[in-house]
Amino acid sequence: MIERPESAVASIAQRNLEGYVGFANLPNQVYRKSVKRGFEFTLMVVGESGLGKSTLINSLFLTDLYSKDYPGPSLRIKKTVQVEQSKVLVKEGGVQLTLTIVDTPGFGDAVDNSNCWQPVINYIDSKCEDFLNAESRVNRRLMPDNRVHCCLYFIAPSGHGLKPLDVEFMKRLHDKVNVIPLIAKADTLTPEECQLFKKQIMKEIQEHKIQIYEFPDTEDDEDSKLIRKIKMPLAVVGSNVVIEVNGKKVRGRQYPWGVAEVENGEHCDFTVLRNMLIRTHMQDLKDVTNNVHYENYRSRKLAAVTCNGGVDTSKTKNQMTRSPLAQMEEERREHVMKMKKMETEMEQVFEMKVKEKKQKLKDSEAELERRHEQMKKNLEAQYKELEEKKRHHEEEKSNWEAQQRILEQQKLEASKTMEKNKKKGKIF
Amino acid sequence: MAACGAEMHINPEMEVLWSEVKPSHSNMSAPPHPQPPTKGASHGAGDFSYVGIDAILEQMRRKAMKQGFELNIMIVGQSGLGKSTLMNTLFKSKVSRKSVVSTPEERIPKTIEIKSISHDIEEKGVRMKLTVIDTPGFGDHINNENCWQPIMKFINDQYEQYLQEEININRKKRIPDSRVHCCMYFIPPTGHCLRPLDVEFMSRLSKVVNIVPVIAKADTLTLEERDFFKQTIREGLRANGIDVYPQEEFDEDSDDRMINDKIREMIPFAVVGSDQEYQVNGKRLLGRKTKWGTIEVENIAHCEFAYLRDLLIRTHMQNIKDITSSIHYEVYRVRRLNETNAQPNGQPPNTLVNPQQANGVAAQHQVLTHEM
Repeated sequence: MIERPESAVASIAQRNLEGYVGFANLPNQVYRKSVKRGFEFTLMVVGESGLGKSTLINSLFLTDLYSKDYPGPSLRIKKTVQVEQSKVLVKEGGVQLTLTIVDTPGFGDAVDNSNCWQPVINYIDSKCEDFLNAESRVNRRLMPDNRVHCCLYFIAPSGHGLKPLDVEFMKRLHDKVNVIPLIAKADTLTPEECQLFKKQIMKEIQEHKIQIYEFPDTEDDEDSKLIRKIKMPLAVVGSNVVIEVNGKKVRGRQYPWGVAEVENGEHCDFTVLRNMLIRTHMQDLKDVTNNVHYENYRSRKLAAVTCNGGVDTSKTKNQMTRSPLAQMEEERREHVMKMKKMETEMEQVFEMKVKEKKQKLKDSEAELERRHEQMKKNLEAQYKELEEKKRHHEEEKSNWEAQQRILEQQKLEASKTMEKNKKKGKIF
Repeated sequence: MAACGAEMHINPEMEVLWSEVKPSHSNMSAPPHPQPPTKGASHGAGDFSYVGIDAILEQMRRKAMKQGFELNIMIVGQSGLGKSTLMNTLFKSKVSRKSVVSTPEERIPKTIEIKSISHDIEEKGVRMKLTVIDTPGFGDHINNENCWQPIMKFINDQYEQYLQEEININRKKRIPDSRVHCCMYFIPPTGHCLRPLDVEFMSRLSKVVNIVPVIAKADTLTLEERDFFKQTIREGLRANGIDVYPQEEFDEDSDDRMINDKIREMIPFAVVGSDQEYQVNGKRLLGRKTKWGTIEVENIAHCEFAYLRDLLIRTHMQNIKDITSSIHYEVYRVRRLNETNAQPNGQPPNTLVNPQQANGVAAQHQVLTHEM
């Protein structure tokens, strides 16, 4: 039946069906599609080394993500905080889950831990940025979701309260990712100490206005009762070692005074964590990440890019279509400017080189001139010397000639007198 | 303050480990008559070869009982590692800072503070003045650079104070000893290896004071994890050249070395502290009660608290004090006196040309007798 437009706007009238239409099958279609597509989940674990993070991950997913051959980051000493991710594909009942575990070895281990949260923040932001870029692309067929959906923060079981490092970290990350604080190695606390500790932590969390991920009430009554009874933060014990207790095989930790069972609700809150994280609230975590944290990031990022000023939470259609284009324009202009700058820079460099070369040539020319002058001077000096010698020689020669002439004259005179004498002699 | 009236539960297994320890005057559980000498000569007034030199032990005992003992322990570690609880457990009375201070203070102070609290405790006629020096704020901040400096300054100040008293012209017959005899360093039970902060602190302080490292809250580690952790810590200490108590170089003879080797194989002790009593098998014992079992503090199958207590109090207390006064303090003293008399021709440190030298040699002997 076709509705009249006014009533359609005013209220959505409920109609009873007179036969089986079949759209009750919609959830099944969604289910089949999701199963085919597979699920993705990214879990980040943060905490000081030695708090049992790797063991807990192994216990949660019942596999040895960190085994003896591939030891976890905790066994290696790190100098700086690193962010390491490992991807695992797990299958169960036909449903496949791509699980990404992000570990932060080195967090809080150094003597000076200022800004040890920075690599973590950078990682989370970079994943959001990847998603933002993927979303803004033209072809969005394959959009891998690598955003961090949940961050488990491990609190050391001191029994007193939060450390300054814990407070700082959670304050900085509570608006970027779902933070779930956990009390690590909870088998160190007696039940009374545990209660006190939890109360103290929650008090401090409220004091510092940290927003942790609160598991929302589900429709299932039993679950919500359980949630209300067990207070946050959850006190967990991890183990993947199977021990026999009273004929039953359980996972736990063997002490000389007893066995602390991991899956026993009275011993620790591990089962609560596992149920909430995997069985009931995984989708909710992803939704909150997508709707709240990612949107916060996105609006912050885009408000910084466009010149609309301030943080704009209301997104109209125009803004959504303009900003990517504007961003592309911006990028193009930037690129052109960069090119121009490079060009001018290269020209400058070229000029400089030319000048240098010219200078060099001038220098060598001057050098050559100088040498030429020098050689000329040498030559002249030699010439003068030779002239001197020649003159000397000439003088000697003329002297010698003069002498010769005199001698000749004498000789002539002598011969003349001899002739005279001869003539005279003949007369005798 | 509080009198230590409770009978100390002596674990029979303890006798096996350190039975080689010769009875000395510091063994508080010794019966109140002189031990027979180990040499062949038997005691008894009618024996020709008996001179009676061994009766000096009895005289020393009586003098020591009259004078009383002093012990200064410093506890260092991050907050929440059970330091105060362990102190209370060690001395079976509320000696920690938290038990004494009634007003609630700020939990983590902005700078490291040194809080020293003294108690007079007594057992079987032997009086002891115990001073517990607490260091709240150590290692709790985000930036822990140089957090060891206030502690080193405090220790050196105590040495300085003693030195000033010693070189006084008119000095007291018995100089009050406020030097730190032993520093217990609490290592958090991560199960992996020593942290950079631990290494920094211990390498600096092992040169000025006796360090006894302990693994705090050891009920978090299973036995295999505990052994692995200890091994890693020992390797870490060796690799960084950190000499913790008992130091190898100060072993006096082979007996000492044997005993100390056994101890050295067990350090650091994995301890659990508790000041609450629970009923276990009909006996009231100190422990921690969890849903899966009760941890008995003095049961050596559970944790090594008994070994630590015996080391610190029953067998090696005098040795710790001796090493502090004859080695650590002497190092400080030599350095200090060299500083104040800077010789231009660079004489070796042992020959100090100053009017105090004669006093110095005599003072060394004086110091040892003071410790009795």
